[in-house]
Amino acid sequence: MSEEPRPYTLVAELTYRCPLRCVYCSNPTDWNRHADALTTDDWLRVFREAEALGVVQLNLTGGEPLLRDDLEQLVEGARRLDLYTNLITSGIPLARERLARLKALGLDNVQVSIQDVTAAESDRIAGARTFDRKLEVARWVKELGFPLTLNVVLHRDNLDRVAAVIALAESLAADRLELANTQYLGWALVNRRTLLPTREQLDAARDVARAARRRLQGRMEVLFVTPDYYAEFPKACMDGWGRRFLVVAPDGLVLPCHAAHTLPGLTFDNARARPLAEIWRHSTAFGAFRGEAWMPEPCRSCDRRAVDFGGCRCQAYHLTGDAAATDPACSLAPAHALVEAARAQALEPAASLTYRTARVAERA
Amino acid sequence: MSAITAESRPTLAAKARLRWDRQTSRYLLLYPERGLVLNPTAADVVQLCTGEHTVGAIVDRLAAKYAPQPREDVQREILAFLGRMAERGLIRSGDE
Repeated sequence: MSEEPRPYTLVAELTYRCPLRCVYCSNPTDWNRHADALTTDDWLRVFREAEALGVVQLNLTGGEPLLRDDLEQLVEGARRLDLYTNLITSGIPLARERLARLKALGLDNVQVSIQDVTAAESDRIAGARTFDRKLEVARWVKELGFPLTLNVVLHRDNLDRVAAVIALAESLAADRLELANTQYLGWALVNRRTLLPTREQLDAARDVARAARRRLQGRMEVLFVTPDYYAEFPKACMDGWGRRFLVVAPDGLVLPCHAAHTLPGLTFDNARARPLAEIWRHSTAFGAFRGEAWMPEPCRSCDRRAVDFGGCRCQAYHLTGDAAATDPACSLAPAHALVEAARAQALEPAASLTYRTARVAERA
Repeated sequence: MSAITAESRPTLAAKARLRWDRQTSRYLLLYPERGLVLNPTAADVVQLCTGEHTVGAIVDRLAAKYAPQPREDVQREILAFLGRMAERGLIRSGDE
């Protein structure tokens, strides 16, 4: 690959704080150690530097981005740079007036997450009474003329209700529905034993999603993100390390993916200390897993090495202890037995759930 | 979803936004989590999808610009392009 990599998307994790306690939160389990360190001006500079590097998409996320009082200024600044700006939110806490202000300032898209199709189940997974309010927020999104993305993370307890999820998304006139199977990192890895579905559940849900995608074509985009634990080959995580995505964490660390700072042995630069362009092009951490030189066998000689880039580095580390291992989700990986063993647990009774807290979680 | 015809007055979907890309000197059509690189012809068409012009009028204008390409060819290409964009939910026919 001689072509110089270009970041197209900046994922701005404005804060790790969140009023919800979702059992599959993708934030690191030690999120509490990463304080919000970037000021409004810092973020605006990060946006400018990212745009100059080639970024055209901006995801404002967290944690819960609504907890930043300066969200309005950030949206306004992003719009001035002509970035396509997507607010990824739980919808809590939000007043309709604030959402209307964000619309006037140029926010392009709002993505609201719900956890299930009933208040009881959704609130149980979120660890907070939020479901009814989330639906209200989703309705405001449409009333104010935004496109609406509805995001639902799928797992053992809600996969059988995918048809109802789709019906709910239709009733809300969502423009895009993300049926996102849990990625087993962060809190989801802590709760994997309880969340991982069976293959039968997954196959049935995929069929339902596929039929809905055909039926709703042109009206609602239906996305079904396959869980790599049941795939033959791993995902092209982040479209490859340091290829298209820049993530900036609340403390200013510049990362190739939202969990990269959980990998040992890599030193990540801070956006307050070094220009983004330099970090993207020259930092050792971004270079660590770019290209193919780092790859072990069977990746190095595999036909799919330019398709999946060896899979997810964080998954490799958290399952095998080696960030440079082939992603164990790959059926060709030496450590694939770890994933097979996890799948076997999906047939066992569920364990209790660990909610996201400010304390560092232990592996279940 | 209604099909796009010569009488349709297509509009860009609410979720899609056109942006000039300095790095490639192309227009990008951006929408949630995605983007398409438009070739110059596609960008000309999308810029005229304001709800104001019929497809027929768009064809007239671009056939003049791309002369001597026959108008029928231009119309066929534009209808096919708009059909694909409508399937992806990026263009609305305006007929709903």
